[in-house]
Order: sequence, then structure tokens, then C-alpha cells
Amino acid sequence: MITIASGHRDIMAPQSKPPKSWYGRGLPYLTKKPLPGHLIVIEGTDGVGRSTQVSLLSPWLELEGYAVSSTGWTRSPLLHETINEAKAGHQLTVTTFSLLYAADFADRLEHEILPALQAGFIVIADRYMYTAFARNTAMGADPAWTRDLFGMALVPDLVLYLDIDVDNLIPRVVQGKGMDYWESGMHLALGTDLFDSFHRYQTNLIEEYRRLAQEFGFITVDARRSIDEVQNDLRRHISNYLSSADASRSRLGSSGSGS
Amino acid sequence: MDARDTRRPAGQSSVPHKESPASVSCSSQAGSDAPSAKATSVTVQRGQPAPVSNARRTGLLYHPHPYPGRLIAVEGIDGSGKSTQLLLLDRWLRTRGYPVHFTEWNSSRLVRRAMSRGKKKNLLTPTTFSLLHAVDFADRLTYQILPPLKAGMIVLADRYVYTAFARDVARGVDSQWVRQVYSFAPRPDLTLYFRVPIEVSLERLLAGRAKLKYHEAGMDVTHAADPVESFRRFQSRVLAIYDELGQEFALKPIDATQEIPAQQRLVRKMVQEILVDYDRERAQGHHGAAIQAS
Repeated sequence: MITIASGHRDIMAPQSKPPKSWYGRGLPYLTKKPLPGHLIVIEGTDGVGRSTQVSLLSPWLELEGYAVSSTGWTRSPLLHETINEAKAGHQLTVTTFSLLYAADFADRLEHEILPALQAGFIVIADRYMYTAFARNTAMGADPAWTRDLFGMALVPDLVLYLDIDVDNLIPRVVQGKGMDYWESGMHLALGTDLFDSFHRYQTNLIEEYRRLAQEFGFITVDARRSIDEVQNDLRRHISNYLSSADASRSRLGSSGSGS
Repeated sequence: MDARDTRRPAGQSSVPHKESPASVSCSSQAGSDAPSAKATSVTVQRGQPAPVSNARRTGLLYHPHPYPGRLIAVEGIDGSGKSTQLLLLDRWLRTRGYPVHFTEWNSSRLVRRAMSRGKKKNLLTPTTFSLLHAVDFADRLTYQILPPLKAGMIVLADRYVYTAFARDVARGVDSQWVRQVYSFAPRPDLTLYFRVPIEVSLERLLAGRAKLKYHEAGMDVTHAADPVESFRRFQSRVLAIYDELGQEFALKPIDATQEIPAQQRLVRKMVQEILVDYDRERAQGHHGAAIQAS
């Protein structure tokens, strides 16, 4: 049961529990509709194996009988090209970066996430607003502003955080797609060496993720282990969540009223 | 140094032009206008989302900016005549030898494609519409507004954040949220609000071109089939919000039904007032040199 600070709005219709809430001011122009689906977020730094894990979760949940929709950071039809182009041109500042991410997020929220939740799907989000929180703090932006920006976000039902330390992360990134200019924080001018910059930036980022995990009550999963071990952990946590959500929902259903 | 030239690509006109979607461009180095890491006002509660600060009045918009230049903005609904007035002001200032930089709402190259794609395919929601304009503004702030302002120039802005506060809220976006989004924007030294009744603005727009634009008429929110009727309804809402903003942000109202020269006389008078202690030489790199002003 989530207790909501003032300013959060309960947007749920009576029959479903636990209620979902907006993180901040929400989207006041939307008509309130029940959101019987589940919003599950997988967070973690670049190269930790998020996409691999997400791709293994969907078929499993479908076998369990759940309809699944997945969504990922910067994948909105409206903005993914703009974001890629802007990154290629290196003309972004922390502010424009954040605003573009927020626009991408809002587009996916309104066109993918909310409709899927209304239809009773499980939505698996590969990254969520916490990515922006962590990055912006690591980039030196005003944390309060970043949080205000994502006031239109829906608070997820479950956040699974894939945790890794930078020394275990580096071999994965190097053997994978390599060190990226932005993911190395080169725009922060921490130094001219890509490796050193990556090390420093990712250390800060992971530190910030761990702080957010405390603050927002993420479930932390040790991502240093094999793909299968991590996947098993994720499935266990998701099963636990789903059975407790189903239990509370049927309890409410049998009570009949639904205030 | 002449900051004007560093910010405006070669071959580009220095005259403000109305309705030009391609009037500015951006350079390609990273800027640093990010909201600085101030002491965070977020109270942290374990296991819960941090409460989002409400009604924070710490935004830059509520305080005078610290830069040597001057920032002058014009606001008003479409057809209020504000762009015409700004153009006349631009001519006058330049003739008198002032270093002027002009910037226009929704003109940054960064989001041009997403914006036109979103509009054409009707992909935009009130929130994404709002955020794309915020990206445009933040980008122009970095490359078009802050450098000339810091260099001591006079920046003329055709529309400013108040446009977002009026239009986006008329589209249903939360008024507090949109103020939070733009809390990194510096406060103009002077914001002129050209106030005009809907019927007058409609008459002007329809006389100038045959059709009202879809978003300008607010057809995305009113869902009215007739653009003129939609414009009336949507822009009336915008107008009402502008009137409230005038109070909140001390916008200087100008009766935009007056004759153009009469309005311009008022505009120039108000601009002169904010230029009283302006150091023109600073922006021109002529410290100490005498400059002839007509």
C-alpha cells in the first residue's frame, strides 16, 4: 500500500487495488479511467543487461497467461530520431537533454503505457523516470527541477533495480557495444580519456541509483551473476508482486463495494 | 567582441520576420545553462516517492536577471500585432546603434522535425506539445538568449515563457507544472503584452491569409469542426489566462487595437525607461570609445 504525499492524485476507479498514483501533478486533462494492469520497471545503468532480461521476461509472463507490453527509454515514435540526431551533433545541454527525455517519456506514457494499463496488460518499462533522476544528478543538474519535470509520471507498481559495480560493468560494456560518448559522460569534460571518464561517470551514476533505490524502495537484484540467475530472481520478485496484487484485488472484489 | 555575429550563422537576415520557421540555427558545441545544482529542496522519505515541491517561487522568473544586457519580450494572442511592433522596435534600436539580437518562439532546429511530424500526424498531446516547446526554448536560451545577454546586448524575444503558461494551460496542462518546467528561464527586463479582443485578431488573421492553422485555432483541444469557431473558443481561454499572467508577472499591457504608430510610441517610451542605465559600449567592445548615436 502506497501512502501518497499531498499533490499526488488518486486516478483509479474504485474496483482495482492497489491504487495507482501520479508522481506529481499528473495529467489533469485526461479522463479518469481504471488502470487494472501492472506497471513494472527495470532500472539499472548502461550495459548491466536490462534489455536482455526484459526480453526474457515477456515470453515467460505470456506463458503464465498475462498480456505484456514493453516500452523503453527514448523509443517514442515522436522523438527517438530527434534524440539520436541531437546526440550525434553533441549540441545538447543538461536542460535540453532532460526536456527531450521527458517529452519522449510523456509520449510513451500517453500512447503506450496508459492505454496498455487500461487494457489490463503488464507493462514492462526498460528504464523509467529514475534514469533521468540518476543521470541529471550525475550531470550536476538541479534534482528538484528534474523531479518537477516528471510530475506527469505514473508511480510504478514495482521497480526492479539491476545493481552492478563499475569494475564488473566495464568488461561487459567493452565486450558489448563499447563505450559510448554520452554514457561515458564525455560531455561533462571530466577528462579527455574515454575510459577514465566512463569510470568516473558510471561510478557517480551507480552511487546515485543506489541512493534512489533506498529512497523509492526499489527491489535490488545483484546483476553481477549469470543471465539465468538474474532472470530467476526477477521472476521470483514479479511472481510475488503479482500474487499479492491479485490477492488484494480479489479481497476487494469479494467485499463488493470498492470505495 | 560582437556576440551577435557569433550566434547568428553567416548569411542570415538580422531582421525579425514573422511566421518564419527557419529563422535561427544552433551552433554545435555543448552549452552549460543547466539549472545549477542548488541545495535540493526535496525532502527524502525512505520507501516513498519524494514529494514534489508545490508552488516553489524560487524560479528565476521571479527575480531580475544579473546580466549586463537587456531582455525584452512581446506576448499576446495570434493576430495581436506583437511581431509587427517588435520589428519596428528592432529597426529603431539598430538605427540608434544598439546591438540587438532577435529570437523567436518555436524556431530552434533541434525540435523542428519532431514538432512538424507531431503536428502533421497529430501525435502531440498537451504534455508533449508543452515539452517540445520547452526544448525549443531551452535550446534558444543556451545558444541565442544567454550569450548575447551576457555580452551586454539587447535581446528581443517574440514570445517568451508566458506563451507556454497561457497556451499549454488552455490545452489542459497543469499550471504549476508548466511553471516548474520553465523555472530555469530568466525574467525579462520588460514584457509587453499586446491585448486585443478575439474578433479583432480574427479579422487581422483572416485578412492576411485564407486559413487558420490547426493548432493556432486550438482544434486539437476544442474538437470543433469549424476553425474560426474553434479559434474563438480556444483563444478566448488563452486571452483570459494572459490577463491573469499580466498580474502575476507584471506584464506591461498595451492596447493593441490602437493605431500601429501610437502603439510603437508607447513601446519605445517603455523601452527607453529600461535603457536608462544601459552600457552600450560594453557589448560593442568599445570600452571608453565615443559612439555616435542618432
